[in-house]
Amino acid sequence: MKVAILRFPGTNCEFDTQYAFEKLNHTTELIWHENKALPADIDLVVVPGGFSYGDYLRSGSIARFSPIMKAVKNYANKGGKVLGICNGFQVLTEAGLLPGALKRNNNLHFISKYQNLCVVNSNNAFLNNCEDGEVLNIPIAHADGNYYIDNDGLKEIEANGQILLRYSNEKGEPVVVNGSVTSIAGICNKSKNVFGLMPHPERALESILGSKDGIKMLKGFES
Amino acid sequence: MTAVINVFLKEGVLDPQGKAAHHALDSLGFDGVSDVRIGKQIIIQLDTNDQSKAEAEAKEMCETLLANTVIEDYTIEIS
Repeated sequence: MKVAILRFPGTNCEFDTQYAFEKLNHTTELIWHENKALPADIDLVVVPGGFSYGDYLRSGSIARFSPIMKAVKNYANKGGKVLGICNGFQVLTEAGLLPGALKRNNNLHFISKYQNLCVVNSNNAFLNNCEDGEVLNIPIAHADGNYYIDNDGLKEIEANGQILLRYSNEKGEPVVVNGSVTSIAGICNKSKNVFGLMPHPERALESILGSKDGIKMLKGFES
Repeated sequence: MTAVINVFLKEGVLDPQGKAAHHALDSLGFDGVSDVRIGKQIIIQLDTNDQSKAEAEAKEMCETLLANTVIEDYTIEIS
């Protein structure tokens, strides 16, 4: 698999993301945001975490207008797979590739810790190496992770199986972490080729560092 | 012309910063505060002298970039 990893000014998780996919024996390429095109032969685009454009105005609001984002939109609209992690999730919601928006955490704090997540729907190209109801332990690190969608939108994403992950306890029961609507931690678009999550799977690759659930998650793209 | 744009979270969307400031005002003894909402103000100098053109431009700027209409409302004052 060949993975394109985007870089904006302020992105800071691109090398961790690259390390994760290379550990899975994939080839990766870092793509600077001023590029107008994606490489022709890629299988996945990752919008990694960080603080693109210093989170000015709103997280992800300026990055979505970078030249490369036009190519990412075209790629996604043609069915290409796109994964947004943390700030990448914010960029994808701002770009309209994913529904809803990410607000400031309810407690106004930057939350950085390991967090249990319950897999809500594994029937997709991202989580198919996991099982429904499985609990994963993956770090979160964000100030704007409070997922919001209006009631009609929520009903729609629920009905379409677009809710992928919820913040949970170790039994898989939802818990309030940042104020997200129904504890949502990750979603996908209706056609299930664009994925976004606040947790950082690329930071959970080795048991010695706390968890290797992230690599299990990212392996899903292989099948 | 000058466009003064105010961007706020929509009614019904919880405003955590407003809530925190509300609590702080309560604990400082400011009674009678029923709601606090915190937004941002963006002031833009426009080259045009045409009021309706300025309004239209400012509106487009809000819809495109300055507000996220999924969660935010905005007001525009042109002077």
